Amino acid sequence: MNRVRLASAESPARDAGLWNGFLAQFRRELAIARRRGSDLLNPLMFLALVVMLFPLGISPRPDLLADIAPGLLWVAALLAMLLSLDTLFRSDFADGSLEQMSLSPRPLPLLCLAKITAHWLLTGVPLALCVPLLGVMLSLPATGYLVLMLSLALGTATLSLIGAIGAALTVGLPRGGVLLSLLVLPLYIPVLIFGAGAVQAAIEGGIAGPALALSGALAAIALAAAPFAVAAALRISLNG
Amino acid sequence: MAFDSLAAFLTMGGYAKYVWPAWGLAVLIIAGFTLWARFERRQLLQRLKRRQRRETRTS
Amino acid sequence: MWTFWHKLGSPKWSYAICGRLQPIFWIAALLLLPIGSFWSLAISPPDYQMGDSYRIIYVHVPAAILAQSVFVAMALASAVFLIWKIKVADMAASVMAPFGAAMTLLGLFSGSLWGVPTWGTWWTWDARLTSMLIQLFLYIGVIALRGAFGGSDQGAKAVAVLTLVGVVNIPIIKYSVVWWNTLHQPATFNLTERPAMPASMWMPLLLMVLGFYCFFIALTLFRLRNELIRRESRARWVQELAG
Repeated sequence: MNRVRLASAESPARDAGLWNGFLAQFRRELAIARRRGSDLLNPLMFLALVVMLFPLGISPRPDLLADIAPGLLWVAALLAMLLSLDTLFRSDFADGSLEQMSLSPRPLPLLCLAKITAHWLLTGVPLALCVPLLGVMLSLPATGYLVLMLSLALGTATLSLIGAIGAALTVGLPRGGVLLSLLVLPLYIPVLIFGAGAVQAAIEGGIAGPALALSGALAAIALAAAPFAVAAALRISLNG
Repeated sequence: MAFDSLAAFLTMGGYAKYVWPAWGLAVLIIAGFTLWARFERRQLLQRLKRRQRRETRTS
Repeated sequence: MWTFWHKLGSPKWSYAICGRLQPIFWIAALLLLPIGSFWSLAISPPDYQMGDSYRIIYVHVPAAILAQSVFVAMALASAVFLIWKIKVADMAASVMAPFGAAMTLLGLFSGSLWGVPTWGTWWTWDARLTSMLIQLFLYIGVIALRGAFGGSDQGAKAVAVLTLVGVVNIPIIKYSVVWWNTLHQPATFNLTERPAMPASMWMPLLLMVLGFYCFFIALTLFRLRNELIRRESRARWVQELAG
């Protein structure tokens, strides 16, 4: 862990640019994730297990499964994202790196955005890539796959951004896990609706474009606003 | 007046079991919050007085 | 303007001004609510379609309006607290939350009761009911977060940020739920876009809405004074209050 270079530890004289700050933070996140390899698989395992429960719990009938597949896959992916949120800031909070980040000359929202981007790339994108496999198991109609992957890749970015606000607010609390889901789940509803709606539309032979565009709009709003909210929440958690 | 008698008023044209619980909860909430707020205030003032008495005794 | 803000920052002054404003709203609520209730329950004519079951509207609509207004009021108070660091604003926000949650609950309860005679079921995933349910969870989240921090100053700021995030999200959630609703089930019966209500029906509704607002303001002022006593219990003016 000590060998991981802190973004703020770099000499500011060499590069004070925003982009460099973002990249340094981003590389640090990737390096940490690489060293904790197995954590990366957890959300995927969770997704597969949850999806497996449904044919066992409801019915293995293909037509029924095909009906509920879009919503089911989306809900399962959303829960997998939710579970991964708790670790987003926790270890950095515990070992003081977060304090370092907040004191660095680079704007905190930017560093938060780098962390969130890394989280999305390491959790959301793998989910989007693996979900077609589970779609096959739920006999999802062939027209749905591309839209499913697209909507998940787009939607999980929004989920990471919004979820980071909740994670930042609860990071100082000893048992923030359940509270975190209570705070974040209501805010996830629009993402779920547009994401699952796009897949549903694609399956029913409609046009997935409008729903995907709305998902994109949500992502754009979250991208513009969430880093600042996360930074504010982190400062509160750090300094009181 | 929409109703001829008190009995007609209470049966609400056959919808009594929907109308009255809804209104009942409304009354309960409004009365409950009022009583709670008053109880809260009385308790706070009492606690304050008790502490004052205790502190004047010890000093 | 600035002196007003600074004065508002002073707990003692806030306590006094709340005490002075309070009676006006209590009296208004005490007049409006009984008159409105009597008018809406006994005088206004039954609906030609729904009969007397429509009288639920007189608690349902005020509750739904309050459920939204209270959240907006909390968000305004939170913004004032975060920007100007006025603690009284945070106290106001903390005092409003339980009432807002109760109003949301009332809206849900009355809406679901109304559903039985009109839709024939206790619950439909109607856009309005669904978004109100989500709003209830937002309220619970705000209250739970404050509880988790145990009344610390840090918790107050965290709650303020969450409230602001929530208020930005409410319209988005509403819009998405309406979109989802039209996708899945075309609205069979619309509760608001009815043929224009006659005055004998909307007048009592107006009274009820105003009455609920006045009660909300009166209750908030009253409980704000309680909260001021609780948090400033070491201040001299509070000591004099008890003595």
